[in-house]
Amino acid sequence: MLSHIQTVNSKLTTANCIHMSGNMNLTLKVWRQPNNDTKGSFVNYPAQNISPDMSFLEMLDVVNEDLVKKGEDPIHFDHDCREGICGMCSLHINGRPHGPKQAITTCQLHMRSFKDDQTITIEPWRATAFPVIKDLAVDRSAFDRIQRAGGFISVNTGGVPDANAIAIPKPVADEAFNSATCIGCGACVAACKNASAMLFVSAKVSQMALLPQGQPERYKRVQAMVAQMDEEGFGSCTNTGACEAECPKEIKITNIARMNRDFFTAKFFKQEEA
Amino acid sequence: MKLDAKIPEGPLAEKWSKHKFNLKLVNPANKRKYTVIVVGTGLAGSSAAASLAELGYNVKAFCYQDSPRRAHSIAAQGGINAAKNYRNDGDSVYRLFYDTIKGGDYRAREANVYRLAEVSVNIIDQCVAQGVPFAREYGGLLDNRSFGGAQVSRTFYARGQTGQQLLLGAYSALNRQIHEGKVEMFSRHEMLDVVVVDGQAKGVVVRDMVTGEIETHAGHAVLLCTGGYGNVFYLSTNAMGCNVTAAWRAHKRGAFFGNPCFTQIHPTCIPVTGDHQSKLTLMSESLRNDGRVWVPKTKEIAAQIREGKIKASDIKEEDRDYFLERKYPSFGNLVPRDVASRNAKEMVDEGKGVGSSGVAVYLDFADAIKRLGEDAVRAKYGNLFDMYYQITDENPYKEPMRIYPAVHYTMGGLWVDYNLQTTVPGLYALGEANFSDHGANRLGASALMQGLADGYFVIPYTLGDYLATIGPKAVDASHPAFAETKKAVEERIQKLLSLKGNKTVDEYHRELGKIMWEYCGMARSEEGLKKAKKMIQDLKADFWKNAIVLGKNEEFNQSLEKAGRVADFIELGELMIDDALDRTESCGGHFRIESQTEEGEAKRDDEKYAYVAAWEYKGENQAEALHKEELKFENVKLTQRSYK
Amino acid sequence: MSKLKNTFSSSLGKKLIMALTGLFLCTFLVVHLIGNLQLFKADGGKAFNDYAYFMTHFTPIKVVSYLLYTSIIVHALYALMLTLANRKARPVSYGAYAGSANSPWTSRNMGILGTVLLVFIVVHMSNFWYEYHWGKVPFVEYRTDLTTGQTTQTELAAADFKDYVKYIDNGVEITRAKDLYATTAFAFQTWWLVALYVLGMAALSFHLIHGFSSAFQTLGWDHKKYVPLIKMIGIWGFGVLIPLAFAAMPLYFFFCI
Repeated sequence: MLSHIQTVNSKLTTANCIHMSGNMNLTLKVWRQPNNDTKGSFVNYPAQNISPDMSFLEMLDVVNEDLVKKGEDPIHFDHDCREGICGMCSLHINGRPHGPKQAITTCQLHMRSFKDDQTITIEPWRATAFPVIKDLAVDRSAFDRIQRAGGFISVNTGGVPDANAIAIPKPVADEAFNSATCIGCGACVAACKNASAMLFVSAKVSQMALLPQGQPERYKRVQAMVAQMDEEGFGSCTNTGACEAECPKEIKITNIARMNRDFFTAKFFKQEEA
Repeated sequence: MKLDAKIPEGPLAEKWSKHKFNLKLVNPANKRKYTVIVVGTGLAGSSAAASLAELGYNVKAFCYQDSPRRAHSIAAQGGINAAKNYRNDGDSVYRLFYDTIKGGDYRAREANVYRLAEVSVNIIDQCVAQGVPFAREYGGLLDNRSFGGAQVSRTFYARGQTGQQLLLGAYSALNRQIHEGKVEMFSRHEMLDVVVVDGQAKGVVVRDMVTGEIETHAGHAVLLCTGGYGNVFYLSTNAMGCNVTAAWRAHKRGAFFGNPCFTQIHPTCIPVTGDHQSKLTLMSESLRNDGRVWVPKTKEIAAQIREGKIKASDIKEEDRDYFLERKYPSFGNLVPRDVASRNAKEMVDEGKGVGSSGVAVYLDFADAIKRLGEDAVRAKYGNLFDMYYQITDENPYKEPMRIYPAVHYTMGGLWVDYNLQTTVPGLYALGEANFSDHGANRLGASALMQGLADGYFVIPYTLGDYLATIGPKAVDASHPAFAETKKAVEERIQKLLSLKGNKTVDEYHRELGKIMWEYCGMARSEEGLKKAKKMIQDLKADFWKNAIVLGKNEEFNQSLEKAGRVADFIELGELMIDDALDRTESCGGHFRIESQTEEGEAKRDDEKYAYVAAWEYKGENQAEALHKEELKFENVKLTQRSYK
Repeated sequence: MSKLKNTFSSSLGKKLIMALTGLFLCTFLVVHLIGNLQLFKADGGKAFNDYAYFMTHFTPIKVVSYLLYTSIIVHALYALMLTLANRKARPVSYGAYAGSANSPWTSRNMGILGTVLLVFIVVHMSNFWYEYHWGKVPFVEYRTDLTTGQTTQTELAAADFKDYVKYIDNGVEITRAKDLYATTAFAFQTWWLVALYVLGMAALSFHLIHGFSSAFQTLGWDHKKYVPLIKMIGIWGFGVLIPLAFAAMPLYFFFCI
């Protein structure tokens, strides 16, 4: 029966050859940091025989498997769905969050976007509010805390009106949807020279500010979420637009304007407090 | 042990309301004395945690991701079914029930499915109230579209991101309860065992994935909302982290596993490009509305394609085989998922596969572009074409897409009764984690419906009954079972960390995936399954000798995480094979070579196999015991499906 | 009050202060430019000197001018505070950072541009504002024949009036004033000062190309119907026209007078 395992093994070797037949050789300059209490540094790794059809994360898988075989700690990075929707993957690649292409996440980036012999610098998102957990993985729980502060509509399960009881103009619904597509990856913070979280927060504030269901808590919500955002230690917005340019879901900075408007309206003209 | 599904008596349409009335209630003042543990924060987990906390229970919720919002429910594209009949096109609760039972090839419980259809209408109301931005029409009311396996338009959607929007809705409800202090959230925590005290689930053992600390948490009940196990195939459309560990550990603690071999293989995925491939990407099945599936007529032409000598567009019309249209003239390219998948595999096995790997068939839009114009095709499918281009670097407007089936969903899961309770009292399974309402094949847009139905509208009632029965007395966390279970977890981790062999865990995972795909994938035979069983047993032995697991427990250690999950997948793989061996019939996603009609179509055997196979763990390296829950069909007539 | 304090201590509140002071400074620029255009009037500086007196002695303007000085200081101080806070938000900087790929240079360098502007303002105010109030500005007398409209001017060695006097004597309008015009004309004979002024105006240009529309974004005044207009005014009005007109003044004196 062992022969079966061997067959599978040899199949694997042939299969390995597929990836061995990749023709790209790269140098990775990777940020390694054992944990948040220890200082990190860049370490260079060769990435050899890389196929242009590999995704960026698959390329890291290949490098990691080689490291494991050598008994070295693999490069830790966050990833999960690998289809650009869960928001778990991050990576600052050659100076840009999610790499050189626009409107995609790192997991959707393929190696054909790089040149043979290129050196690729890979870093974690860098922000006080996103402390490094290990290597390229950072703690983005600040985003969760901001949402918890008020990013919801207070309805209990059951006892809600029929879904069609309130008509919502299509352009408004579409605009709310555009804001709602945020995947919470943190690229906006990573791209911003001030490590500001305004695009993320404003997307959530906007979605609910636009929908009729979000109106009762509209002014309370924006104040609560902004207060939490400030508490987390994000920087402030200088309207550079870098967040919008790097957002994998192309969230617009009009959301930020909308949030500002709501915030000032709340602070100067409304009764509600956070 | 006799399986009791606890299906209420009475006419189908009254079962759930009667049952709700008969269930015991917990006094509002007593609810705060209970703690409920919810593992997993996808649609089922988030909705359950939020709803239970709203009722007044204390909830502890766990997820392995860095945020509850990232659970893989988020990746669902198409939509969610609900029997709203907003179209006035003849939909009803009964019709949704009927379509789902039939779509599942008559291997699901009538009562469960009817309840699912019944509460489906509440789900949409709930989500809209939470601010889920469903697609709307110009009049401001909700839009619908039609989906496979149904003749009515009952699918609600939010562009191609329905799962994301629904999950964010449930996540916001969960957030509100975290804010209120009713839910304590533990992200980056992986459940590694269930604590069973005197036969009842009373807690969990989890690992803090950042510090490595092994923690025990006590509660009056444990809800597993941990999703499916498609990653047993290594390549699937599941997220990289999706795993069976929570369910498998529960199984080892006494929860029966229902229909483990029922796997859904989705026909339209982007094919594998090489062995580096880590996951597969689904393309919405709506593409088959306008795309034509074909392969070259002869092996010789296919070989030329594989060698890159010619392009698809070079192949003459008469040299193409539109095999679905040829074999199923009435349904053509729109045959159900299982049929489409199986036929693609057949073509590839015959050596007519295309692409450099030869493991793909064409999905061609040339005719649609000719008929409708490129702009119309772009308007309909533009985002999918972009996605395809992004991944393959090929322009589907010019050359046909290459597609191949991929593992997508697992209908099997922990066996649960009508109350969603497993065979371990106090231990519940919700969503994809249970063996579910989908029988042997799930219809499109039904997974989201089931996850939310379980979490929002079923468990809040049924759990109360159990909690009222056991009483609000605090769970004794000093019971030796907690320390013993924790110790078992720690020992297993140490055993994994002691593995210093020469093969990476990924290599084992890939091997397992290949065995499962080859022998327990789209077509299964007794001979192949028996062969695979032995291969898996050997693989397991080899894993525990030669795997490499690096680092220590007390750190963020992805090497260790992966090892634990793969070890469980290997064990699950063997059970899947056992289950597939037992079921010598073809039904839904499960196609047994031995059971086919003369034309080579799936042949169901309702005489012998109209049951749920529930497997009981009997100990390390012991054969599992099979228990059968007979399926009674009182409302629908069982018929053989034909798509000719 | 504590609630208001709370508002202004939030990051958005601080940005609001930046936006409001910034926009106020923009309106001042317009007024200042219109006034300074008198420099180009070939009347021996009479209109300009009249304007200078008016600006420094008309009470409402004086109040506004103190508001202006405060605005400059507040704008700069808050900028400093925000910059420091923003630095703290990213203590470890990137090894590779491709800012130019996602944002305009001006938007990322408002601090540097602002600092150049601040230096410019200090130099500018010490050159003229300080000189006008407390320095040694020469005096001038204009005699305008009201029937012919002809004006003659004479430099006065010393003043027997305070700052400015204007009266009509025998059909001749006599104006005696501090001759800021002459000070200006003199100052702009120095090449490096001219260069500094041109540099200052370049900084102003880049600062406002981003700053003007950015202020509206911060205020939340965003609508797809009029954002293009704001952007146009920001770039062409405040980014090009105004700095160009200001820069033309030292160049005019250096090259043409």
